[in-house]
Amino acid sequence: MATRIDPIVSPKLTLEVLTPEQVGRIHEATLEVIETVGVRFPTPKALDLWEAHGATVDRERQVAKVPRKVIEDALALAPAAYVLGARDPSQDCPLDGEHVFAATDGCGIEVIDIETGELRRSRLRDVEEIARVADALDEVGFHWVPVSAQDKPAESRALHELAAIWKNSTKHAQTESIVTEHEARAAIEMAAAIMGGHDALRERPVLSMMQCTTSPLGQDGGSIEAALVAAEHGIPVGFMTMASSAFSGPATLAGTLVVGNAEVVSAMALMELAYPGCPVYYAAAQTAMDLRSGAYTGGGPEDFLFGAATNALADFYHVPLSMGAFATGAKEPDWQAGVENAMSCFMASVVTSDMLLGVGLLNGSRIFSYEQMLFDCEIYSIVRSMLKGIDTSDEGLALDAIREVGPAPADYLAIKHTRAHMRELWTPRFMERRPYGQWSEAPDRNRDWALEKARTILRTHQPDPLDPAVSAELDSIIAGVEADVASGKLVVAAHG
Amino acid sequence: MYEDLLAAMRQSIADGDQDAATATANQAIEEGLDPLVAIDEGYVPGLSYVGSCFSSGEMFLPDMMLAARAMNAAMAVLKPELARRSQERSVRGRVVIGTVKGDIHEIGKNLVGTMLSASGFEVVDLGVDVAPERFVDAAREHSADIVGVSALLTTTMTGQRTVVESLAAAGMRPGVKVIVGGAPVTRAWAAEIGADGYSEDAVGAVALATKLMEGAAGAAQG
Repeated sequence: MATRIDPIVSPKLTLEVLTPEQVGRIHEATLEVIETVGVRFPTPKALDLWEAHGATVDRERQVAKVPRKVIEDALALAPAAYVLGARDPSQDCPLDGEHVFAATDGCGIEVIDIETGELRRSRLRDVEEIARVADALDEVGFHWVPVSAQDKPAESRALHELAAIWKNSTKHAQTESIVTEHEARAAIEMAAAIMGGHDALRERPVLSMMQCTTSPLGQDGGSIEAALVAAEHGIPVGFMTMASSAFSGPATLAGTLVVGNAEVVSAMALMELAYPGCPVYYAAAQTAMDLRSGAYTGGGPEDFLFGAATNALADFYHVPLSMGAFATGAKEPDWQAGVENAMSCFMASVVTSDMLLGVGLLNGSRIFSYEQMLFDCEIYSIVRSMLKGIDTSDEGLALDAIREVGPAPADYLAIKHTRAHMRELWTPRFMERRPYGQWSEAPDRNRDWALEKARTILRTHQPDPLDPAVSAELDSIIAGVEADVASGKLVVAAHG
Repeated sequence: MYEDLLAAMRQSIADGDQDAATATANQAIEEGLDPLVAIDEGYVPGLSYVGSCFSSGEMFLPDMMLAARAMNAAMAVLKPELARRSQERSVRGRVVIGTVKGDIHEIGKNLVGTMLSASGFEVVDLGVDVAPERFVDAAREHSADIVGVSALLTTTMTGQRTVVESLAAAGMRPGVKVIVGGAPVTRAWAAEIGADGYSEDAVGAVALATKLMEGAAGAAQG
C-alpha cells in the first residue's frame, strides 16, 4: 500500500525576510541586468527564440539582452499552481503555495554503504534502494534522483536512474541529470508509458525536470534544449541558480540574489515564449563561498537567508519554488549536519517553499548517507510540528481540563483531554531522551537507530510494483537510446 | 637604489593591485632594473607575504586571486624584457592544463592555472572540451612536467582516465605526471585511474605540483 505523504501545510508562523519594497528593488535590478548586461544562452534554439521576440542577440558571445517588457509579459503566462503527479494518485504533490514537500537530495556521487559503512562510488542499485526507503518515509513527498548510477553508460545514465525510481516507488520523480534533448525525449516517453499516454502525462506529470544555470548570468546549452522539450510536453521544468557569493555572484547577498534571479527569470521567460502557459518553477540553492577554499559551503547564515528570501521572489513571480535545503557541508551525520540542516529546513519551510531539496546528502550534496536521510526526515518532522503553530480555540485553551484537574497537587496524566490531544505532541525517533543511567549502560547512538530503521525498511517495505509490461517498455526505451549511440545514429554532444 | 621601487612592487602584490603591478614593472624597465631582480626581490616576496597571510587565516581566497592576477600582470610586462636580455626566469615546472572532452566547465581550472602561474610554474591552458590527443600533443610540444585534467561531471570524469591512458600509450608516463581535479573527483578515483595526485582546491593544487616537482628532482638525482 502506498505510504501517506504527510507534508507541511499552510505554516502558521510568518517571517518577512524581504519587504515588498525590497523585492521590488531586486526585481528592478534584475530586469536591468537582463536588459543591459544580458544572459548567456549557448544554444541557437534559445538565441533564435530571443531574437524573434525582440531581444538583442550577440551570436558570438551567445548572449541575449532582453527588453524588460518581454520578460514581464512572458512571466505573466506561467501557471501559479499545478500538480506533480505520482504513480499512485494519492501521492500527488500539489504545488499550490500551501504545501511544503521535501524530496530526496541529488545528485550524489558516493554512498556510505548501508551494510559495511564503507564510502564507495554510487551505482544503479543505490538509486533503487534509496528510492525504496524514501517511498516508505511520510516526510518524503517526491524523489529527486539521489545519486548517480555511475555503473551505467553516460548517454543513458539519467534514464536508468529514473526507471529505478519508478520501479521502486509510487511517488513523483524529479531529475536534474537530463541535460540533452535526446535524454529528455526518452525520459518523457518513459513517463508517458507509465501514465498511458501524453495527454494523461500532461494532466498529472509523473516526471519533472530541474536544470542548473551556470552562474554568473549563464545557462547550459544542453540543459536549455532539454528544458524546451520538457516545456513542449507540459513536463514541469525548473531552473536552479547556485550562485555563490564572492565566487559566482557578488559578495553581497542582494547582489547574489539579483544575479541568480536574472538566470532563473530569463530561463523561465524563454520557456513561456516557446510554449505559453507551460509549467515552470523557480529553483535555488545559493550559498556564500568558503572564503578560504572557495568551496560551495552549503550551510551558513547566508544560505539560510537565501532560503527564505528566494521564496519572496518566487511568490512575486507567482511560480512555485524548489529550494535547496539540508545541503550540509558536514562529512558525516554529526553536530554540524544537524545545525545546518535544521536551520535551512526551517527557513525555507516557514515561508512555504513548495519543494525542499533534499534529504540524505552530506559533504555539500556529494555523499549519500541513510542515517542522514532519516535524521533529515526527523528535522522535517520537527519543523512540520512547529509550523502547525499554537491552537487557541476552546479545546486548545483547555479550560474544561484545567477546571477538572484544579490546583496542585494534581496532574493531567490521566484525563480524557490528555488522551485526546497527546498524540499531537511531537515524538522523536532518533533523539536521545532516555534517562542517563539507561544511556550509560547501553550507549548505542542515535546514528545506530537511524541506520537500523533504514535497514528495516529496506528489508520489509515493498512498494506497489510497476506493471511488468510498463516496466519492460521503460527498459526497451533505454535500450533503444543505447543502441542508437552504439550504431552512431545518435551522437552524444558535449555539454556543461 | 631601487629599494623604494622594490617595496612598491611588493606592495602592489600584497594589495592585489594589477594597475600598480603593471606600472611598477614598466618603471623597472624604464629605470633599467634587472627584471630578474624585480621578480625575485619585488613581486615574489609580495606573493609569499600573501601566501603566509592566507595560511594564517588573515587573508582569503579573493586576496590570493587578486595577488596572483597582479603577479601575472607584472610578468606580462617583464617577459618581453627578459627575452630582450636573453634572460630566463627559473621555472618551477611546466604544466599543461585543460578540461576534458565533453565538459565546458572552466572556473576551477582557471583558478588552478592562475595560481600555478603566479607561483612560478609555466602554464599552458588548453581551454575546455579538450580531446585526449591534444593533451598528449601539448605535453610533448611544451615538454610538460605535469598535465592537469579537470572534469566537473560524473559523465565526463572518465575522460581523465583516457588522458592518463593516452599519455601512457604515447610512452610519456611516468615521466609526465598527471593531476586531476573537479567536483566529482575523489582520492579513490585519482588512485583508480593511476593519476599522480588530485587536489580539492587551487591552493592545494600548487602544493601538489610543487611536491611532484620535488619528487621528480629527487628521482632524477637518485
